[in-house]
Amino acid sequence: MEARFRLDYPGFSLDLDLCLPERGVTALFGPSGSGKTTVLRCVAGLERAPDGFLSVAGDVWQDETRGRFLPTYKRPLGLVFQEASLFPHLSVRENLEYGMKRAGNKDREGFDAGIDLLGIRPLLGRDPERLSGGERQRVAIARALLTRPRLLLMDEPLAALDMKRKLEILPYLEKLRDELDIPVLYVSHALDEVARLADYLALMENGRVVASGPLIETLARADLPTALADDAGVIIEATIAAHEADGLTRLEFPGGRLYVSRRGKPPGSRVRCRIHASDVSIALTARDDTSILNALPATVTAIAAATMPGHTLAQLRLAGENAPLLLARITERSRAMLKLAPGREVVAQVKSVALL
Amino acid sequence: MDSASLTAIWLTCKLATLVTLLLLVIGAPIAWWLANTRSRLKGPIGAIVSLPLVLPPTVLGFYLLLAFGPNGVIGGLMDRFGMQRLPFTFAGLVVASLLYSMPFVVQPIQNAFESMGKRPMEVAASLRATPWDAFFTVALPLARPGFVTAAILGFAHTVGEFGVVLMMGGNIPGKTQVLSVKIFDYVENTQYEKAHWLAGGMVLFSFLVLLLLYGGRKRGTWSR
Repeated sequence: MEARFRLDYPGFSLDLDLCLPERGVTALFGPSGSGKTTVLRCVAGLERAPDGFLSVAGDVWQDETRGRFLPTYKRPLGLVFQEASLFPHLSVRENLEYGMKRAGNKDREGFDAGIDLLGIRPLLGRDPERLSGGERQRVAIARALLTRPRLLLMDEPLAALDMKRKLEILPYLEKLRDELDIPVLYVSHALDEVARLADYLALMENGRVVASGPLIETLARADLPTALADDAGVIIEATIAAHEADGLTRLEFPGGRLYVSRRGKPPGSRVRCRIHASDVSIALTARDDTSILNALPATVTAIAAATMPGHTLAQLRLAGENAPLLLARITERSRAMLKLAPGREVVAQVKSVALL
Repeated sequence: MDSASLTAIWLTCKLATLVTLLLLVIGAPIAWWLANTRSRLKGPIGAIVSLPLVLPPTVLGFYLLLAFGPNGVIGGLMDRFGMQRLPFTFAGLVVASLLYSMPFVVQPIQNAFESMGKRPMEVAASLRATPWDAFFTVALPLARPGFVTAAILGFAHTVGEFGVVLMMGGNIPGKTQVLSVKIFDYVENTQYEKAHWLAGGMVLFSFLVLLLLYGGRKRGTWSR
């Protein structure tokens, strides 16, 4: 997908030039007011950038140099808004069929598969106003998917839900990510959602994309734009190796192992975990007189200023083939004391790991 | 009640029904335009539609009479095309009532469209509905409470008009003599008892209409 939009509103301007993969979930991440939603609206054709360009899977949806602009209803896309946007005058089933009919989707098996994927079969006969927020959002997602879109756009689909509803709906979104073969553009300002769902990350600030790339690589960058710096941390993809007798779970990944408190998923499952830069400290040698279990040999690869005064962000490459990167936020004083510089071999001590 | 009164009631009902139906059809697109446009004409057009709210009905009636008269701009044109002149006819009453009751129909519908917001139409477009399709399958059903209010107000207001009718239609029994004019007629001839029947009936009718309007709103029975 290729998108170029430039828009000027009073007090806000958007200048975007973005090339995104045709598969997987791309998170458009940034603080509110950074223009994420405007980008989504431009992609959907709800907003028209005067000299915009947009192509999806090789089809040009907008090319103002040639006067081409497909109106929203001619774009094969699915759109899920922040708040549930079900039609209140139609039942759940009629809501689902509204888009299906117009998109010419007569595939009953696809219908069944879609409603089962989102677990909404028991809701079909109900009115939208009798659904919970999470249920409504699942119906809205199913309704969008049943038009057989070539691109799915989601505008903070979880932002209006409380934590409980969020946790209820996230597994469905993960299933979608694994089973859909269309690209998803996911707008969010919640890093935990993005960390859990996205494959690719575009970081926005003040109407511009300040960084973009594969999620894990991008989050591990030490020169992080300020949008992320306070919440800096990396994501590691690991496999649950074993649940050990003392209540810990052992995770394994190329280049090491991590112990975390026990979780329900069976051994062999792939999981993502997040390690905050503030939870990583650095020692020069491995120690056995500490309570920290997770100590991993690593090499310093970069040092950059952190947003917190007197602090520094160190990027570490764990030892081993294809081993992941870590970020550690340490004080400037410690950096000087340990004489940390790129190339230096150290031990990364991880105080806590969040399983996503 | 004598037959003259019944004739007036029948004529009034016919007029109000016809005008209400026509206004719902004419008013919906005007209300939609007013609710959605960013044009500079929104202010002026909105003001013109609302003029009858503040103008004395006789003023409106007077200018309509002039415009549709033989020397008027529209009347002259109609003459040239061999059309029947409107003043002092039932058709003239319909035209005058359309203008006079317009704001009572346009405003509730406009409010309904405005309170609906843009989102439902955007959702419909994302589900491949063309703008026309979305208007009929989403906007109209969602604005239904506004249409119900508009129909009630438009009907009741047309039933209650007097000044415009008198100016444009005159007082021809069976043709332009509607209820309010008939009451005036009775009072002028000091036939108070007959006037009471009609006037009292109007009070009851108006009360019932308002009861329907506010009662229905309160129970929210029109939300679907």
